[in-house]
Amino acid sequence: MAVSTDETQVQAPQPPTDRKPVVVVDDVHVEYKVFATGKRPTAADRRSNVLKGRGKQMRTVHALKGVSFTAYEQDSIGVIGTNGSGKSTLMRAIVGLTPTSRGAIYATSRPSLLGVGAALMKDLSGERNIILGGLAMGFTRDEIAANYDDIVKFSGLEKFIDLPMRAYSSGMTARLKFALASVQTHDILIVDEALAVGDRRFRARSEARIREIRDNAGTVFLVSHSMQSIKDTCSRVIWLDQGTLVMDGEPDEVINAYDTAQDQQP
Amino acid sequence: MTIAEDAARLGLHKVGGRPPLRDYVADVWKRRAFIYSMSRFKIESENQQNSLGMFWVILKPLLNALVYGMIFGFLLPSDTRPPHFVEFLIIGVFIFEFFSQSWTAGGKAITNNAALVQSLAFPRMVLPLAAVTQRFLQFLPTVGIMLAFLMIAGNAPQLHWILIIPIFALYYVFNCGLALVTARLAAHWRDVNNFLPFLTRFFFYTTGIFFSVEERFGPHKATASKEATEGHPTIITISHFQPVHEFLSLARSALLPGNSYTIDERYWLYASVWSIGLFVFGVWFFWRAEERYGRVD
Repeated sequence: MAVSTDETQVQAPQPPTDRKPVVVVDDVHVEYKVFATGKRPTAADRRSNVLKGRGKQMRTVHALKGVSFTAYEQDSIGVIGTNGSGKSTLMRAIVGLTPTSRGAIYATSRPSLLGVGAALMKDLSGERNIILGGLAMGFTRDEIAANYDDIVKFSGLEKFIDLPMRAYSSGMTARLKFALASVQTHDILIVDEALAVGDRRFRARSEARIREIRDNAGTVFLVSHSMQSIKDTCSRVIWLDQGTLVMDGEPDEVINAYDTAQDQQP
Repeated sequence: MTIAEDAARLGLHKVGGRPPLRDYVADVWKRRAFIYSMSRFKIESENQQNSLGMFWVILKPLLNALVYGMIFGFLLPSDTRPPHFVEFLIIGVFIFEFFSQSWTAGGKAITNNAALVQSLAFPRMVLPLAAVTQRFLQFLPTVGIMLAFLMIAGNAPQLHWILIIPIFALYYVFNCGLALVTARLAAHWRDVNNFLPFLTRFFFYTTGIFFSVEERFGPHKATASKEATEGHPTIITISHFQPVHEFLSLARSALLPGNSYTIDERYWLYASVWSIGLFVFGVWFFWRAEERYGRVD
């Protein structure tokens, strides 16, 4: 496997014939149309343009430029790349939160997406977030009752479970969300940097959970800047750079190539 | 074979598509426990932040009635008032409150729950339905107060008071439909939520909460002090088909004594058509954009 140059096709790993494809990403392009406020005008611009106003300009950001790959069941795929390389856009496109401008994505089910940030329902306690989140994901009350203790134990938030989530730190929020979303072991789970705010113990535990999901025929996407996390959990790594898929393959190979490329940059 | 055909053969669906309406509705029905739990939890958490807690469920409508009773009972007297004006006013204010609250909450159901919509996969329709259900659960104790008030004011309970059960059931369905339509519009176009306060206020002043549309615009016979007038038949006709006016008239006719509140039996038909029609349309209309909720494009 070699790092592709701009024009050559990315060499995908040989598709395993015995495993079921779960997510097929087919030549996906994502373009955002955004209003740019305009760059801060220089003195010269100010003289010539000030009366015309700093007009809003429509700018197109080409966030993904033709990404293709197939994820199979029991895959845990690490997604790496520099900031702004299109990782989160790709994940959001797989969930359907970002529409593709060209190409298409096919998936067996609609995945859960764990990102950094907002609590599910910040006015409600952790306990009620677990209950409502579980009901929303389609569990029955009995199933939630059966799993409730495990979820709380896994999150390690026994002492705070009756506090409203707006009182939680970002690490605590991430713990609760991960504990809840990872109950569905046979489905697709996307973790977008959500573990980065957790402490070491929680990270170790959630990595173990990701491996468990993978072993139970689930599929996990893990976006992370921690190469160690990715080496520990992933069976495959995708490297994105400026919206293109640079490399797709064995974790060690891709991470080494990525590290080398990073070191070469000034 | 194209990739799309391949994917379909293996049971993969295109992301950004929506499930068939029938499956979708079944999915929503499966989550009725979510709708109920969410509305209950929200009521509790909203009240927890006040020191009077759940007492507010009862206090709020009482204060509302007090304020409106004072304004329209003493400050702004008028001659277009039907008999039993205070009861008339209370029923109007309480019933309208549910409409305006659930419309406003329904409109924000998707935009206010962005974090939930963006992280978990579930049929989004449960959110506006939960918002309306929450307001409905808050409406029920106010109905109790309303009935208690009617009795205190000297109206003995009548068997036909039972009619408010089908009336409010239809009213709930109507508000669900309205919330579904508004939630989708607000998801496309956030400004809708800014218009809602003006729209609810418009309906508050035009629907006949504190005056009787029939007395004000209907025909009048000549009396000693006034000549006979024809009134404004167009306005009366419009109000026959105005859903909130229909629900108010139905509730008043069920609860208040006297001939002045007997209504055209066709109101039952009109109100049912409004409720079921708007609900069915709302379900279809909301489902049509299922894949778009939560997007940030």
